Amino acid sequence: MSFDWGIIIANWKFLILQGLMGFGAFGGGTLRLAIPALVLGFILGVIVGLCRLAHRPWIHYPAVLYVEFFRGVPLVMVIFWFWFLIPQMTGQRLPEYTVALTAFVVFEAAYLGEIVRAGIQSVPRGQVEAATAGGLSYRQMMVHVILPQAIRNMIPSLVTQFIVLFKDTSLASIIGMMDLTKAAQTVSQREIRPFEMYLFIAVVYWIFTYSMSRFSQWLEVKMSPERAPTRRAALRAATAEAPA
Amino acid sequence: MIQFRGVNKWFGPLHVLKDIDLHIAAGEVVVVCGPSGSGKSTLIRCINKLEPIQKGEIVVDGMPLNDPATDITKLRAEVGMVFQQFNLYPHMTARQNITLAPVKVRKQSREEAERLARDLLAKVGIPEKADDYPAQLSGGQQQRVAIARALAMQPKIMLFDEPTSALDPEMINEVLDVMVNLAREGMTMIVVTHEMGFAKKVSHRIIFMDEGRIVEEGAPHAFFANPKEERTRTFLSKILVH
Repeated sequence: MSFDWGIIIANWKFLILQGLMGFGAFGGGTLRLAIPALVLGFILGVIVGLCRLAHRPWIHYPAVLYVEFFRGVPLVMVIFWFWFLIPQMTGQRLPEYTVALTAFVVFEAAYLGEIVRAGIQSVPRGQVEAATAGGLSYRQMMVHVILPQAIRNMIPSLVTQFIVLFKDTSLASIIGMMDLTKAAQTVSQREIRPFEMYLFIAVVYWIFTYSMSRFSQWLEVKMSPERAPTRRAALRAATAEAPA
Repeated sequence: MIQFRGVNKWFGPLHVLKDIDLHIAAGEVVVVCGPSGSGKSTLIRCINKLEPIQKGEIVVDGMPLNDPATDITKLRAEVGMVFQQFNLYPHMTARQNITLAPVKVRKQSREEAERLARDLLAKVGIPEKADDYPAQLSGGQQQRVAIARALAMQPKIMLFDEPTSALDPEMINEVLDVMVNLAREGMTMIVVTHEMGFAKKVSHRIIFMDEGRIVEEGAPHAFFANPKEERTRTFLSKILVH
């Protein structure tokens, strides 16, 4: 068995510029799909999460239905629906990229909405009472007291979900969108070098997901100034723990 | 300043406040005591409508609480509240905790609010803690910041819901001292507490509650010297023995 790592170099423009970043004749692109999907999915997720927490039944129940429905069906199926359904309903085919982005935003918002809901509920009730007693309106309380604490508690789950989303973008290749996976598949079929190609994209995916995980750890510390021990406190703790 | 007329409240099937009639004058310091579950915390939480009532009427500073025309946010700005668990905002420094409501609700300028925060932290005896986060403060210091936060809205009434119950014994006095000073300045205060020393020292009236009713009320001297009701005597014997 012999390997030819040279084909990565020979095809790097196609793999990285086209497949990963989406610059090229085919459109698509893993990052060009993942980044807007993540941002739009999160915005929709916050709306879904807040609606689930609402007391009014006509706001609450549609949100419950939305979450339970999209969490209960496979992502591949949602992608296929949009792929086959939109042309039937509108009479025209949308580009693969648009279909994939819509499917991801709609699907991910269900998961992200649950994370947002759990994050808000993790803030102790006393915080709501203190803000209410202080005369803050619902909006002021959410913006200044509840959400800053909730988002901090959400970071680990949010980043996990973002990592899942990032990897799931590889499913966009099944409707023919040119992402990193599809690019690797194309090269691999032409050159008959599947091992080199799929190992290479595994490394690329991993580099991104690992960076996200490290970023999450950094952000958690950064957003919790009060939890970061002062230098003196850290020194004191270190001396106390040291064996005599 | 505060009137309760025939107030009843239920938590589901549980009848927690029964026919409460109560008048509290401006400048009065009232201590509410009673066994746990007697409704004393619920009573004061009704005053700023943290808890709604099902029957009767409460009027605070001329504003009827159940009138839809009453601006509850305005009312809450007039009533400061201090909680057993402090409930400071953990992601904000002591100073930010104090300035949030004045800036957002009272629309004070930032400089004005900061100046007020400095004065209030000096008043509660911890001017050097302005930039500390709640997690870096002791329980007593946190509760003093919470008092400063409530005072920053320049309320006409202060409600204290067991303010020293979650504190280590050696920190209780630093909080009570602040409250004693506040009482002597003429603040209208309603304090749910079992600190009978505080009650004797500064309160004008003590209310004893049991099972959702006001069992007995009176001036502290008479209340401690010869309580009229048997239930009050039993309760006092239990908390005054040690």
